[in-house]
Amino acid sequence: MNPELEIGLYIFMLSGFLGYHVITRVPPLLHTPLMSATNAISGISLIGSLVVAGADYSRLSTILGFIAVTCSATNVVGGFLITDRMLRMFKKGAPTAKDAKGPSRS
Amino acid sequence: MTALSYFYIVSAVLFIFGLKGLSHPKYARRGMFLAELGMLMAVVGTLFHHEIVSFRWIIVGLAIGTVVGGAMGWWIPMTAVPQRTALSHSLGALAATLVGISEYVRHGILLGRVKMAAIGLEVVIGGLTFTGSVMAAAKLQELLPGAPITYKGQNRFNFALLASITGLLVWLVWQPSASAAFYFLVGLALLFGFLLVLPIGAADMPVVIALLNSYAGLADASMGFVLMNKIQIITGSLDGASGFLLSILMCRAMNRSAVNVLFGAFGKVEVAAGPEKEAKGAVRSIVAEETAVLLESATSVIIVPGYGLAVAQAQHGVSELANLLTKRGIDVKYAIHPVAGRMPGHMNVLLADANVPYDHLYEMEQINPYFAEADLALVVGANDVTNPAAKTNKSSPLYGMPILEVERAKSIIVLKRSMRPGFAGVDNELYYNPKCMMLFGDAKDSLNKLFAALK
Repeated sequence: MNPELEIGLYIFMLSGFLGYHVITRVPPLLHTPLMSATNAISGISLIGSLVVAGADYSRLSTILGFIAVTCSATNVVGGFLITDRMLRMFKKGAPTAKDAKGPSRS
Repeated sequence: MTALSYFYIVSAVLFIFGLKGLSHPKYARRGMFLAELGMLMAVVGTLFHHEIVSFRWIIVGLAIGTVVGGAMGWWIPMTAVPQRTALSHSLGALAATLVGISEYVRHGILLGRVKMAAIGLEVVIGGLTFTGSVMAAAKLQELLPGAPITYKGQNRFNFALLASITGLLVWLVWQPSASAAFYFLVGLALLFGFLLVLPIGAADMPVVIALLNSYAGLADASMGFVLMNKIQIITGSLDGASGFLLSILMCRAMNRSAVNVLFGAFGKVEVAAGPEKEAKGAVRSIVAEETAVLLESATSVIIVPGYGLAVAQAQHGVSELANLLTKRGIDVKYAIHPVAGRMPGHMNVLLADANVPYDHLYEMEQINPYFAEADLALVVGANDVTNPAAKTNKSSPLYGMPILEVERAKSIIVLKRSMRPGFAGVDNELYYNPKCMMLFGDAKDSLNKLFAALK
């Protein structure tokens, strides 16, 4: 097996497990921001697209790379912005006496 | 190892901390700040990549992306977040597909089997996610009808298409120089994504968005394999795992398998399976003024918002009503079913947007014990998720679906347009419960009337 591929597959597998466990702990309350956050983070494809757009491999590559840069940058900027907008909305209410207790067993 | 590699390692760590922050609303913003920092580092670091010789198109692309993304991020209303998410899956997938094509064109015959397989997967997953997500966004934006679009032999055709895609992919790995096959493969993948989402109804969108999220992650990861970019493998894998987990959660909440969602064309199939029409007792209808009296005499109220509330955009009305009740010393809680809304967690965002504090929002497992002692359950636009048949009636298509145990409240008021069944096409036994009263009409309208009557 190609050693680079081997390392890549290990990384893929391990981060998959890591992701599963980190994300299991995200409460359903934040599932929508979670999705837009992972969306923004996976906009990291921007770094691959940057090289394709700037390396002058061929005219076609530059055009495809340019479109890819535009798409990924949109995802990064839009994704992080809307995630923050949503997270800012989540506010705790004024504590009331009843809130703290569980269902009373009367 | 270049300096850039160190940048990427730090970025990866920051991304993981960022996602970890989302485990509590208190740390979530700080977490996202870390993730943003990670992204900035990775991007700025990459600009010093030795292969980059011209910045012209990079700058133009970044500028357009920032403006479009900024506009999408700032001005999109919270009700449109599902569409935006679907659209952004499609953009990410498009980027992966285009980079895949560019790599194929650049290396062509020189590609080894491993690289070819990675590029093949990249364009297939990327392509189908692109068109699939565009379709999903169009359905969510109601540019296309929300009802499932089906035709005869649909599943057979889709399977045949999937088989041809797999066949072509295998052949290309064998014979990377077959460029006609490559472009044909891209075309088929695009067609497949389109056809895959065509038969899926609006009610199933939470599952579909989560699945597409997972695919977008996988497309990103395969792009990482093509460019041997490890941070991209990491983020792609994280994204893939996240989407996968969310789709499992959504499927479980709807009591259906992913296969059933994708190939079942729900709604269409199930409507036929409802022949059990026995006498179930009378339905009691109520007017807003009476409802207001009931609300006023209650000491604890649980509000059950559902998809119908999102459709009627009645979240602000609900929030105002709840505020009024709280001011009069009535305890108000919200019961949120996992599939309320149009994407995972959507209802929470809609209510947060309407200034409902998040500690008033209760998940299904948390709230169910409270119903027994609630004086009143107010169901707004939710149907199937409150049907007691899911627990008691083994022959019901809903049987086994986790529900909000509304029927245990002392009295129940349902705000609903008509007696039309929900997406599962089954009658809701709840409505025939002697404790249950129906307030017919548009949710937003009814809430306004309630508000006026209470004032």
